[in-house]
Amino acid sequence: MKKFTVLDLLDLDLKENDALSLKCVAGRQGLGKEITLSYLDRPGLALIGFFDDFTYQRIQIFGKRESSFIQKMEKENNLENIEKFFSYQIPCCIFSTGLHPGEKIKAIASKAQCPLLETPLSSTELTRRLARILGAVFAPKQTIYGVLVEVYGIGILIQGKSGVGKSETALELIERGHRLIADDIVEVRNVYGNSLVGRGNNQQLAHHMEIRGLGIINITHLYGVGAVRDQKEIQLVVNLEEWDNNKEYNRLGTDDITTDILGIQIPSLVIPVKPGRNIPIIIETAAMNERLKSMGYFSAKEFNRRSIQWLEAKNISSFYNNEHKFGEE
Amino acid sequence: MVTKEVVIANRAGIHARPAAMIVKVANKFKSDITFTKDDEVVNAKSIMGIITLAATYQTTLTLKAEGPDEQEAVDAISNVFERKFEEE
Repeated sequence: MKKFTVLDLLDLDLKENDALSLKCVAGRQGLGKEITLSYLDRPGLALIGFFDDFTYQRIQIFGKRESSFIQKMEKENNLENIEKFFSYQIPCCIFSTGLHPGEKIKAIASKAQCPLLETPLSSTELTRRLARILGAVFAPKQTIYGVLVEVYGIGILIQGKSGVGKSETALELIERGHRLIADDIVEVRNVYGNSLVGRGNNQQLAHHMEIRGLGIINITHLYGVGAVRDQKEIQLVVNLEEWDNNKEYNRLGTDDITTDILGIQIPSLVIPVKPGRNIPIIIETAAMNERLKSMGYFSAKEFNRRSIQWLEAKNISSFYNNEHKFGEE
Repeated sequence: MVTKEVVIANRAGIHARPAAMIVKVANKFKSDITFTKDDEVVNAKSIMGIITLAATYQTTLTLKAEGPDEQEAVDAISNVFERKFEEE
């Protein structure tokens, strides 16, 4: 896995209730330090001089209490613990609630090449957001070849060989009012151990598509912001493949077929492509059927149940129709 | 399976035009061809994939081909890199 550094943390493109609003106030030389753990630490005990089991590899959060404590030590010129604290290889320290580290602290941190960051967020909110963000950064991930679209609120990953018409299918879905998340390269993360979130691996180049004969097009500019999304949970995998007359395709749809991605089972379909088959409409229908299933109605199984019921009813009525025979006996 | 390390020799890195050139060559072969940079793997037949690799000057990529014409594919594609995409 690629190293995740403090600079990468500052560089993350986070919006609204994910924003960390971090800025670096000292120790810039250490911005290349790697963050290896998603856990956070409040360094209160270390600051009073208790360094046993000090989890220095974690990001250190300075809230109001830690901050006023080091201010006091700075005033008393009692910097021994602080110097010892920064002698550990700490990835970075974050001062919450708009607190500022004092000049002496900054000097010590700069000498130790430990970045000091500031944020206006409260410690609680910062901890909550950081845990969520770092959880996503350190989640198992994989890049997958395919197109990710959102159809009727369902995240659908369209896969298939080069030239089978993935991008064209996605384009028609966009034209019909659905959304594009990523074309060709989808970065997939197993976020909470049970959900799979996909996005483009480069936010600057996302929302562009390559269409044979047209070249590269910008979906946001052509279809508006309503036609794109940054990320989406993958709920269905659709495999497009050339129609093969010798292959058996699923005719009933009563079985639950799934694809394993990063250890998560995602419902999947194989849709054979041939001229005259309108794939986008089939995908739209698959999306609605998937919604129906999640609401507890499984069309194919329900159909099967009804046909069995009907056969039973027929059986019974034929029994009554032949009743006189029993009476005669 | 055939693998080969290729180095980006043109200063601009792989932007749209070199990517299109690679894809054009890769599409002539039946084999599955991929590029790997760090832990990212992309399909060599996909323009968007190759561009999003952000392969800059002097980056090393691992070229991998698997299929009936794997050796020819690797030779032809690495040749495109050696010619610096006819840019310099």
